[in-house]
Parts: sequence; C-alpha cells; structure tokens
Amino acid sequence: MALTGLEIFKLLPKTNCKKCGMPTCLAFAMQLAQKRAKLEDCPEVSDEAKQMLAAAAAPPMCKVVFGRGDNQVEIGQETVMFRHEEKFYSPTVLAASASDKLTGEDLKKRIEAVNSLQFERVGTKIGVSAIAVVNDSGDANSFVSAAEAVKAASSLAMILVSDEPAAMEAAVGKVKDAVPLIASAKADTAAQMAKIAKENGCPVAAKAESIEAMSDLTEKIKAEGVEDIVLNLEGLSLRDKLYNLSRMRALSLKKVFRPLGYPTISFVTDGDASQQAAVAAALICKYSGIVVLDTVEPFAFLPILTVVMNIYTDPQKPVQVEPKVYPIGEPDENAPMMFTTNFSLTYYTVESDVEASRVPSYILVVDTEGTSVLTAYSGDKLNEKTVADAMAKHAVESLVKHRKLVIPGYVAVMSGKLEEATNWEIMVGPRESSMLPKYLQEVWK
Amino acid sequence: MPVPEIVESFTGSVNKVTLGATKDDGGTRTSKVTVGGARNVVYGGSGEETSEKPVIALDVIDTSPDDWPDVLSEPYKDVLNSPGDWAKKCVEELGADLICVKFDGIHPEKADKDESHGVKVTEEVLKAVGVPLVLWCCGNDEKDNQVMPKISEAAKGENCLIGTVTEDNYKSLTAVSLADNHHLITQAPLDINIAKQVNILVSDMGFPLERVVMFQATGALGYGIEYAYSIQERQRLAALTGDKIMAMPVICDVGYESWRVKEAKLTDVTGWGGVEDRGPMWEATTAICLLQAGADIIRMRHPKAVATVKNLIDQIWQ
Repeated sequence: MALTGLEIFKLLPKTNCKKCGMPTCLAFAMQLAQKRAKLEDCPEVSDEAKQMLAAAAAPPMCKVVFGRGDNQVEIGQETVMFRHEEKFYSPTVLAASASDKLTGEDLKKRIEAVNSLQFERVGTKIGVSAIAVVNDSGDANSFVSAAEAVKAASSLAMILVSDEPAAMEAAVGKVKDAVPLIASAKADTAAQMAKIAKENGCPVAAKAESIEAMSDLTEKIKAEGVEDIVLNLEGLSLRDKLYNLSRMRALSLKKVFRPLGYPTISFVTDGDASQQAAVAAALICKYSGIVVLDTVEPFAFLPILTVVMNIYTDPQKPVQVEPKVYPIGEPDENAPMMFTTNFSLTYYTVESDVEASRVPSYILVVDTEGTSVLTAYSGDKLNEKTVADAMAKHAVESLVKHRKLVIPGYVAVMSGKLEEATNWEIMVGPRESSMLPKYLQEVWK
Repeated sequence: MPVPEIVESFTGSVNKVTLGATKDDGGTRTSKVTVGGARNVVYGGSGEETSEKPVIALDVIDTSPDDWPDVLSEPYKDVLNSPGDWAKKCVEELGADLICVKFDGIHPEKADKDESHGVKVTEEVLKAVGVPLVLWCCGNDEKDNQVMPKISEAAKGENCLIGTVTEDNYKSLTAVSLADNHHLITQAPLDINIAKQVNILVSDMGFPLERVVMFQATGALGYGIEYAYSIQERQRLAALTGDKIMAMPVICDVGYESWRVKEAKLTDVTGWGGVEDRGPMWEATTAICLLQAGADIIRMRHPKAVATVKNLIDQIWQ
C-alpha cells in the first residue's frame, strides 16, 4: 500500500542535501508520495530504506516505450481517474493497421496512407504515431515481409500483431532495431512471447478476456523477466470493455495493484470508419493508452486526434495563442480591425465567427495571460494601455487605412479611455461572438 | 495474486427526470422520456449503477436557418421552412427521442418574430409529433422574457423541458414554467459555481430542483470541449457525494457548437477527408466525448451523426 509523505520522510537521510533537486528531504518525500519523483534521485538513501520504499514509491502505472528515434512513443504513468484531479500525462497513441495480406504496391499504398495521417490544427502538429502490422494471413513469411516493408517505408512506431510465437519471432528478428511492440502474448503463449520480448528488448502486450486472467498473465510474463507490458483486453463487448478499462485503471491507481499497473491497448476493427472513430473516441476518454483502428480515412482520424489533444490538455494551464495580428481571409487596408484576448478558447471562437462572416478581417490578439475578455478586464489585464501597447507593438496602423477599432461588447465601458489612448474611433461590437457575422456584414458596412 | 475488491459506494445520485405528458397525465404526448438516475461515475462500479440511457434531442429551428453549411441543410432541404414537417422527419426517419425547438427567429438581430409566431410554431410541432419537446429561447433576455412565457403557455400541461434561465435572467421563465408544469433548464457559462448559483436562485423561487436539467454550456471538439467535459465530471461527482443542488441530469448543445467550427464545415481542404463525412463525424465525436463525461440529453443536428451516436449508445446502454 502507498505510504504517506511523512512515512516516507522518516526513511530518508534528512540531510536536506538538495542532490535530488528538491530544497528539502520533506519536499522530496512529498513528491515521492505523489509518485512524481523516483527514489533513485536520492544518492544518500540507505539500502534498508530503499527496499522499504521501492515497492511503495514506484509509480502505480509503469511507463512503456516503443519505436525508435524521434518517433519513439511513450504511454502509461498515469496518476488520476479524472483529468481535473491533476491531468492525464501520456497522450493516447493512435495507430492504423496494415494487413500482411497486402503485398507489393497495395501494401506500399496502405503504408503511405497511414504515414500521411498527419494534421496541423491550432498551430500544433497532430497525427497517427504508430502503425500496426497485422498477421491476418496466418503465414509467418508474409508477416515477416510485411514487417520489413513497413520498417522500410515508415518511421512510425511499429506494433506487430500476431498470436503465433513462430511468426512473431521471425518478424521481430528482422525489425528489432525498430523496437516494435509485440502484440500479443496469451495465457498459452506467455512464456514464448515473453522470451522473444526479452531477447529483443521489446515491450509485449498481454491479451486476456477478463481482469482476473489478465493479472495472472502479466504475473507470468513478469516472471519471465519482462516488465514492459501493455494490457490488451480482448473478446469483450464494448460495454464490458469500457467498464473493465475503468476498473483496471482504478485497481492500478487506487489499490496500487501491480499486476494491472500497466498502460492499455485497444483494437477497434468492427464497422466502418465512422463507427470505428466513434468507439475510439470513447476509448481515448476512458483510459486506452493505444488505440489501433482498421481504417486510414482522414475524416475519422482528425476528430479523434483532436479528442486526444483536448482530453490530455493540462487543466491547470489555460491554452494560449500567440499575441499578434491574425489576418482572416485576405483582408486589405479597408478591412475591419478588431481585438480579442489570447485565451485560445476565446480566440478560436472569435476566429470561427469571423470566418463565418466571410468578411476578410484582422484580429489583434492582446496578451492577457490566457484569460477571457471579462476575466482579463476585471483582472486589469485588458485595459486601454494593454490594448494600445498591443496596437503599437504589432503595427496595426500599417495594416489598415482607416482608424476604426471594433472592441468586444463586454468591454464597451472602456471605449472612452481607449479612444483617448489611441486616437482611433472605437466601435462597440456584439457581446457574443456568435453575433459577429451579422455585425460585420451589416454594421461594419 | 487475487484481484482486490474495489467498491466505491456513493451516498448520492443524479435525479431521474421524466419528460412528456401522455393522455393519462393530461397531455397529448404519445411517448415519455426518462433520463438521469446515475449512482456512479460513467463506467464506474457495476452496470446497474449507470444512468438511464442517454437520449438525443434533434434540433428544429423555428425559422429557416440561413447560416447552416450545405452539408447540414441538405438532408432537411424540403422541411426547413416547416417546423412541423421538420420535427416529423426527425422523429419518423431519424429516430429522435425528443425534439428541441430552437427559437432563433425571435431574436431581435435575426428575424425578430413575435409571440404569435412562437405560439404558432409550438402548436405546429406539438401537433406533428408525439415525442416530448424541448423549447429553447433565443438568448436575448428582453425578447425571451416577452415571447417564452407565451410559448410555455401554448405547451401547458405537456411537461416540456423549457429554457434556458441564467443567473441574470431567470425570474419570468422560472415562474411560468412552474405555473405551466414544465421542466426547466438552468444555464451557466462553463462555470461550476455559477451553475450552482442559478440552481439556488430558481429553487429560492419555489421551483422544485427535481424538475431541473442543467446546461453547463458546451464547447465543440477542438474548441473547449475539455472545459465542458471536466465540469460535467465534477458535477457528477458532486451529485454522487450528496450535493442536492448539483444532482440534475445534464443537457448538451452539440449540434450548434460543432457545426460552427471550421473542421466540420470547410469544403476545400486537402488531406482532411470530404466534408460530407467529416462534418457529421465532428458532431458525433463531440457528442461521444460528452457522453463519457456523463451527458444525459444531447442536442444534435446531422442525420449521419445521430445514427453514429445512437449506434454507440445502444452498444453501451443495452
């Protein structure tokens, strides 16, 4: 069972030597208790204390890494059931499959299609980060050639999917420097698959149909000397799967039940691309470390990649956009000029409404430390000075000929002072951004 | 190693709410809808502690919408000018559990229609379909206070879900829905403290909290859904730990929010997939995420998105 910070503190040297990077042993103990630090960071700790702490201090959920170089992916090490309690740490890895029934040009095309599932939204690159080679053929040679072809044509992290130890051994042998995830070991193949994983330094997925069978299986694999394990709960209805994923997460985080203290992988193969994406969205929210889909439709991946992006955002930190002038459409020197704050939610709402108006415009983003219009105004981060400074800094005078500034309706009260500070004519825009299209089309004219 | 027991028993639960009045209840609805009732977090504990099956309310706009992208208006092109036919299509062809009549047309900066229009549309939809209705205001306080009471009256005895009331504007609609025996939607701008405050305000006016459904405001996928998601999760936990003022079922406005965003409606983007699939997928994904955080009623728009979400709900809430 987990120890409290004070219990841990009693076992530490209490020298406050700072070598762990914390100011005091007590601070370090608190970090250990929250499972955000590792005991190894303390060089002075006694062997006896080490033994006592090791079991309790390890993160309740292991980290598992696979893939190579810049495309290495990392899952696990989650600490909470709900994102508002802290945050979710390791964004779900989304993967698409490539069947080993494909050969030659068909296989090449499929790999290319998986590789190209990369997008950019709100200034961030998001994309599929793994490719699953699936041994649908049941044939070891086909599996090996498909794995080799994938390794040659894709730098994405690789997941090798076969229940046959012989096929797996042959394929891993050829691509081991790509550090693939071996998927999966079952109760009857645990020893063989674990041996392949151990000899090649790859993580392995454990496949079982119940939580009880799963914990027996991971113990078996661990006994073979493999600690990088991913849980693959298979053969259940979606409903049972979601309940069991939640239960496994709770068992590992709240009960620190080590046999389930690993990240999870889910395969979604039923139905068309829309149905797969729908199921994937639920699995991302509910604790799947990896989700593998059997489709390469961009329309299915863009939304679920966005789910990962949003759900794994740190709830303590407001997401911000860069303070500058954003041209929407192709504005000219007569285009409207308006401002909003750099809280991303505020900005993107305004941006989408301006786009909807089809009136090419400039949006000046004022740095309000990631707060919304009203919050920034009440916190004095949005006032005539911050707006005037932003206007000067981003040279808005050079962008438009007119001298009219549209301001958010909620801060109409600052019109007078702003007019004095800038010598621009202040036009009070709507309070709700959704009224911007009408405002720009009718009032601005 | 034996798997340890993990039982989390909560003292509270989410209220169960039944909408719609049939002949026996003195109304004219032919079906009723019951939502809420969760006794655990989503997928927490045993399946018996889950909520009633979440339901979909399809939007019918009182006046033909002029800002819908083609991919969204196309499936409704024959009925956009007739709220009655529109509602009928939603129920008969698309399997809507509820119809949400959205009174955009009364907004002074839109079509600026008056109470007689509101009453006429309400009567038309009541006559066209037998499912319970959601009656949703335009968001302009003054105009809503003028028109919504008449709409409420026109649906008197039908046990509709009517809203929304906010911290700044709750008195008149709360009073009339109390008198007309409707359920009420309390709205807050993604702020859990204000959400609680609105519930206290309507409760102080004598409105029973058992007849309230909460609207926390909705962010679309990619545009703040994480705020709505976490607020819903926090509200559910508050309800389960016994906070009676936060124990209401939740409604989300997925249709409007997701069809505003560019990922749903841009037509000419390379590498994103066609808008005819992408748009509905954006709406469906937004809905599915919010279901994971405990949404009970979801307002939606596109037939394809509705089909995808219904399919998923059927798999999870058998």
